[in-house]
Amino acid sequence: MRYVLKKLALLLLTLLIISLLAFLAFQVIPGDPTTKMLGSEATPERVAALRAELGLDQPVLARYWHWLTGCFKGELGLSYSYFQPVETVLSGKIQVTAWLSGLAFLLVIVLALPVGVLLARFEGGPVDKAMTVLNQIVMSVPAFFIGILFTYLFGLVLRWFVPGGYVSWRADMGAFLRYMIFPALAVALPKAAMCVKLLRSSILQELDQDYVRTGYSRGRSRGSVLRHHVLRNAVIPTITFLAVTLADIVAGSIIIEQVFSLPGIGRLLLLSISNRDFPVVQVIVVLIASLVVIINFLADISYQYIDPRIRLDR
Amino acid sequence: MKKRRNYNLILGLALTCAMVGLIVMGWLWTPFDPNAMDPASRLQSPSLTHLLGTDNFGRDIFSRVLQGAGATFLIGVAVVLIGGVCGVLIGGFCGYYGGWLDDLLMRSADIITAFPSILLALVIISLIGAGKYRIIIALGVLFIPSFSRLVRGEVARCKSQEYVANARLMGAKDLRVLFVHILPNTFPVLLSSLAIGFNNAVLAEASMSYLGIGVQPPDPSLGRMLSEAQTYFFSAPWYALSAGCAIVLLILGVGLIADGLGGRRRRDRA
Amino acid sequence: MQNAKRIFVLSLCLLLVLAFSACRNNDGDTPEGDAKAGGEITVGIAADLDSSLDPHKSSGAAGTREVLFNVFEGLVKPDTDGNLVPAVASSYVINDEGDQFTFTLREGVKFHNGDPVTAEDVVWSVSRAAGLDTGTPIVNGLDSIASVEATDDSTVVITLKEPNIEFLAYLTVAILPAGYEQQDTAPIGTGPFKFVSRSAQENIILERFEDYWGEPALLDKVTFKIIEDGSALVMALQSGAVDLCAHLTSSQCAELGNMDILQGTMNLVQALYLNNADAPFNDVKVRQALCYAIDKQQIIDMTSDGAGVPLGSSMYPAFGKYFMDELTDYYPYDPDKAKELLAEAGYDESHPLSFTITVPSNYTPHVDAAQIMVDQLSKVGVNAKMEQVEWATWYSDVYQGRKFQSTVCGMDASTMTARAMLERFNSASPKDFINFVNASYDDAFNRAISAKDEDSQLQAYQECMTILTEQAANVYVQDLADLVAINPALTGYRFYPLYVMDLSGVGFRE
Repeated sequence: MRYVLKKLALLLLTLLIISLLAFLAFQVIPGDPTTKMLGSEATPERVAALRAELGLDQPVLARYWHWLTGCFKGELGLSYSYFQPVETVLSGKIQVTAWLSGLAFLLVIVLALPVGVLLARFEGGPVDKAMTVLNQIVMSVPAFFIGILFTYLFGLVLRWFVPGGYVSWRADMGAFLRYMIFPALAVALPKAAMCVKLLRSSILQELDQDYVRTGYSRGRSRGSVLRHHVLRNAVIPTITFLAVTLADIVAGSIIIEQVFSLPGIGRLLLLSISNRDFPVVQVIVVLIASLVVIINFLADISYQYIDPRIRLDR
Repeated sequence: MKKRRNYNLILGLALTCAMVGLIVMGWLWTPFDPNAMDPASRLQSPSLTHLLGTDNFGRDIFSRVLQGAGATFLIGVAVVLIGGVCGVLIGGFCGYYGGWLDDLLMRSADIITAFPSILLALVIISLIGAGKYRIIIALGVLFIPSFSRLVRGEVARCKSQEYVANARLMGAKDLRVLFVHILPNTFPVLLSSLAIGFNNAVLAEASMSYLGIGVQPPDPSLGRMLSEAQTYFFSAPWYALSAGCAIVLLILGVGLIADGLGGRRRRDRA
Repeated sequence: MQNAKRIFVLSLCLLLVLAFSACRNNDGDTPEGDAKAGGEITVGIAADLDSSLDPHKSSGAAGTREVLFNVFEGLVKPDTDGNLVPAVASSYVINDEGDQFTFTLREGVKFHNGDPVTAEDVVWSVSRAAGLDTGTPIVNGLDSIASVEATDDSTVVITLKEPNIEFLAYLTVAILPAGYEQQDTAPIGTGPFKFVSRSAQENIILERFEDYWGEPALLDKVTFKIIEDGSALVMALQSGAVDLCAHLTSSQCAELGNMDILQGTMNLVQALYLNNADAPFNDVKVRQALCYAIDKQQIIDMTSDGAGVPLGSSMYPAFGKYFMDELTDYYPYDPDKAKELLAEAGYDESHPLSFTITVPSNYTPHVDAAQIMVDQLSKVGVNAKMEQVEWATWYSDVYQGRKFQSTVCGMDASTMTARAMLERFNSASPKDFINFVNASYDDAFNRAISAKDEDSQLQAYQECMTILTEQAANVYVQDLADLVAINPALTGYRFYPLYVMDLSGVGFRE
């Protein structure tokens, strides 16, 4: 328990440092938010007036402190590009990314678990051989290349969905899901392939264990041993992998959102960086970072649960 | 099982050798100057003169794929090397010794991994400038934490194994235990993640090119070519397909080798 | 600059309308006779509006202005030929000194919230934009206003600090309801469309304003959909998810067999802008050599299949009489001459000229042009290296910091006047980012802005342009093509000689 508490405290500290770093990042990158807001012909007086209005004329640390205390009061600041509170800009965007990641994650599980188990069950057979090769190829295709191929094949040749015809989840949930299935699949395929490979090899590894031989010696079939003993053990590393994958999917959503023009937080992050819209970037960075840190934290805890010998803090 | 593993290795080696052969050829000789524009032959489909057709500036895509694959391969390998070597050292020491330094470094690693890499890349690039070699440095730094974390976890796991205790009993020094007995045991896991790292480096280069902070035009790289080619997907599908397939082949070759080399009893945690 | 387009033009624009089956009416101002009212469309835009929706605050942001053109109007507004026609005002009188403008307001003009437009609203709007209360003008160029007064319920008098015969063009500034505070997020104006909603990176929705004082818009509803990715945009157009989209490249249009393609120009000056202060471009021979070494026509052919218009000075054809076509071929493509000049300047094969071209990475036409230049320059033994930077970085380092050797970008007029186009090369101007310093240029420019009649003004401006060309201040290339894809069922799209998208005349065919 103390271990968990200590980790939790570290987690908060990490997030604090990340938010500070995100703040400092914009001290390094050249460019000023007022440029986009006022256009390139603005007079210096107008720029100075706006900078004062936005509080940009204050020192960095003072601004950071102001932002941080604001956060605890539930005020995330005002977006420079949209003149709306950051939470208004983000509302709706988070759901899109969450749906995309959630669907992709679900697809990874739905695709990978049965295929992985089947391949292990029929190890060495022609299906296994063919699928292993196919699997390796799918693993090697970048998600955004799959995205391009999908829009062409399903969007324009087969006309299963309308590229660019994104419908908001608020307007029509059915149409939204029909559209989301394609980007989700593009994200999911390479990850599912990795998962199949992992699952197959960890099942095979388990099959070599002594208890399996005991099972066989009692006259049980391969299928029965698989179902009753092996799967449970083999699934553990897969779950860890899936957790990491979820973080990967969220952080990697930027390009897929771009290819399918989905209004998610990845695309918003990219745009806000180039507009130097600090308040929005700041919040998205902290959001994504929290997710990654929390998943890592859970993974650490679960490692320890699986194998209590992993405990570095003596 | 053994037979299949060799099959992967052979196939991977063959593919990678073929690609590296083409890349080396691309450095020495290409059918056309990869950057020479020809207004008279824009967006031509593949033919005997232009094996993979031409792009929107009338440049020979085959020549550009050869040179682009070279740049991409170089970036991928160098990034993985930087990340891998530093990762093994940092992860090894942290996992073996533990303590406050381990906590500090792993916390820093957490921070770097959790930070959106595109923003981090932008920061590094604005500090050191854009260009092929600077991308390698920027991405290499970004890749260190994940490798360190992985190696550290493996080392921590091996440390409690019996053979380590035995080695210690026989009077082996810390460094010897670490480098001779523990680290080699982490290689199977490391290998597969090196392959994935290569994959990610190639993709990262593509996304950086997408933002205009990657390899600078007119020099080709596969990632840049793919993002440029998207616009011409209908009138010139061979452009996107050539670049895309070259990326897939590069990653596939490296992936197969790693797969083939990885021991059959490794714990594949990706 | 491409990103800061606010071009109003005084004369007829050269527009080539290709593949446009229904012909335009001769007067060009009324909607097509065969279009019917009703229906809704989706318009694709390649970049999200990245600023406030307040038309005063966002006057420098091109994308926002393009959309808000449908929502707001000024006392006067530009028509398709670039002339200024009365809008919220029904007529105006300029006094003989050219420093006092008297406007009579139009009867029955209403805001989108239903309130009638009063003289008080006009005074409030103009004072706000000119910053008469705060001292800091929100809209550029309005700082020359001395006072704004309502003399009665329907008359407003604007007095200038000094005479300016070009000033009427500034009074396109939007008229807003006095005291209304939510323009940033829920704008209210007097235009043919009213604002409904905006969702970041998703869409902006407008609806027809039923109480519009003029010819009402045809469409019931317009959704501006934001699709940043070029190929995703093309796919959306192909699939019919988007009905209309402007500023496409010729290669994007080549993929769109299902759409009608209309063709105009972007109204900007694309050039290789040279830092005249530092070596190697402080030597006029080097600059001229580059002019001879760059083949404009080839750049136009490669980037837009010949649709752009070649230029020879800092002015584009939409400016009508100010545009001097004779300067376009002042430096014909001549690699031998270029090598000769380079040799005179001390550069040869053993000691080649090398320099860097900095390009903002988000503008494909500039990145493409720079790539072609690198190739063309290599043919005369010049080693040009290209460096892409983010737009924000380009702006702070190149445009403001002037830390660059050369850059490819597009410059346009920030106001509707020739002055705006040429002021940036006046050595006293803070906008002179290429560090061009030339005494006779400054002299001609000052004569132009203080001129009392149009002829002497025109002459002085022409002198300015000729000096720019003779001194080879920059390597001028082209006015980029502006290609618009439109659903064949739609008609009535009109080009303006400025960066706006007027949807009031667009409707479905009968």
